[in-house]
Amino acid sequence: MRHDVTLRVNGVQTDDTVESRQLLVHYLRDTLGLTGTHVGCDSSNCGACTVLLDGLAVKSCTVFTAAADGTDVLTVEGLASDGEMSPVQEGFRQCHGLQCGYCTPGMLMSATGLLLDVPEPDSDEIRTGLEGNLCRCTGYQMIVESVSWAVEHGGVGAAARSHADRAAAAGLR
Amino acid sequence: MIPAGFDYIRATSLDHAAALLAEHDDDAKLMAGGHSLIPLMKYRLAAPSVLVDIGGLSELRMLETDGGVFRLGAGLRYRDLERSAELREQLPLLAHAVSTVGDRQVRARGTIGGAVMHGDPAADVPAVLLALEATFVLRGKDGDREVAAADFFVDFWQTAAEPDEILVEIRVPTRPGRSWSYQKFRQRSQDWATVGVAVQQLDDSGYAVALVNMGPVPLRATEVEQALADGADASTAAARVGAGTAPPSDVRGDAEYRAHLAEVLTATALTEVGVGG
Repeated sequence: MRHDVTLRVNGVQTDDTVESRQLLVHYLRDTLGLTGTHVGCDSSNCGACTVLLDGLAVKSCTVFTAAADGTDVLTVEGLASDGEMSPVQEGFRQCHGLQCGYCTPGMLMSATGLLLDVPEPDSDEIRTGLEGNLCRCTGYQMIVESVSWAVEHGGVGAAARSHADRAAAAGLR
Repeated sequence: MIPAGFDYIRATSLDHAAALLAEHDDDAKLMAGGHSLIPLMKYRLAAPSVLVDIGGLSELRMLETDGGVFRLGAGLRYRDLERSAELREQLPLLAHAVSTVGDRQVRARGTIGGAVMHGDPAADVPAVLLALEATFVLRGKDGDREVAAADFFVDFWQTAAEPDEILVEIRVPTRPGRSWSYQKFRQRSQDWATVGVAVQQLDDSGYAVALVNMGPVPLRATEVEQALADGADASTAAARVGAGTAPPSDVRGDAEYRAHLAEVLTATALTEVGVGG
């Protein structure tokens, strides 16, 4: 079965026809060309495919595109505003929160989702909050420091804030 | 990993979902958050030809207390539950246990009803609802029926629900002021429990003790409960936890290791709820 779907992705409306079994991560990557969202484990463990869906961090390998019809999605490509990286992105640069970078888009989206719920987490809350994201390089310490940097420099940033505000206004978060 | 082909249909109401189940008979499967079912479909362990999405139904989002019973809509997500101040106050064992499920992303999608219907003995929610003596309201073509948690979990991933029944509500007696403990052992933070032990004080002398991942279904540790009723201390009662269990052996531990863990975790839980050492 095929479905006509309409989503809002990084602020832009998208209209496409998709198969029932298509997963959101493949829609983002293959149809929209937004390859910043990565496929890691493909089994909802590693978190590399994390995006914000109506204001909540979710694993896009475990959501069907058809089930996301009508939703508002923010991917790593949508985190920056007016060409400026969000504080979470900048924190990862300042604190060297990545090595190979494969997990990084998921880490950024998951950290952004955490800060939307818990604006000033301590390092334990950051570690617990990111437990759904695996990194095989860093040992996590600098990722935690990167998120702490973001907390001290403005939090989630304007793009994620307006995305979350839209979801809140619709009663979805 | 791509699931086998199927037809996705978003239900617009419970009646619509019920009609779709009746129309497609055994070929249709309900999905709410999809966090148990989609992985199974990817591994081709499940291949429904019709997938009925009930995740968005507001009819399944009830959350209220009603004369000593907490009524929970089956479509409530773990996130909704862990953030409910009323649940934390009235049913702290359940509120705590759901906050340990998976990770934040999983809890944003997964639902309490999905966990019940999936019936995984390694999951937190079924055993905790067993300890809380919950009942499940199933809606079928002949109306609603209520099944006690103790009668619901039949075998590994198998429940007493018929294929055309929809879990609509979970009813949990509140235990104001009673003590509780949830001990969950896992090697890594987001892992399933290797073993889990839920303890809920029921009245002045009685406790319910339920076990995660100690058999093909969530189990009540009735011999531990009886020992406590007879006045046993925590370690003596915990030593009885193996009775009636059939722990699995897998990559996270063999049966002997799980039996040891269950005794240690039970003793810890009993001490935490105030049973003397």
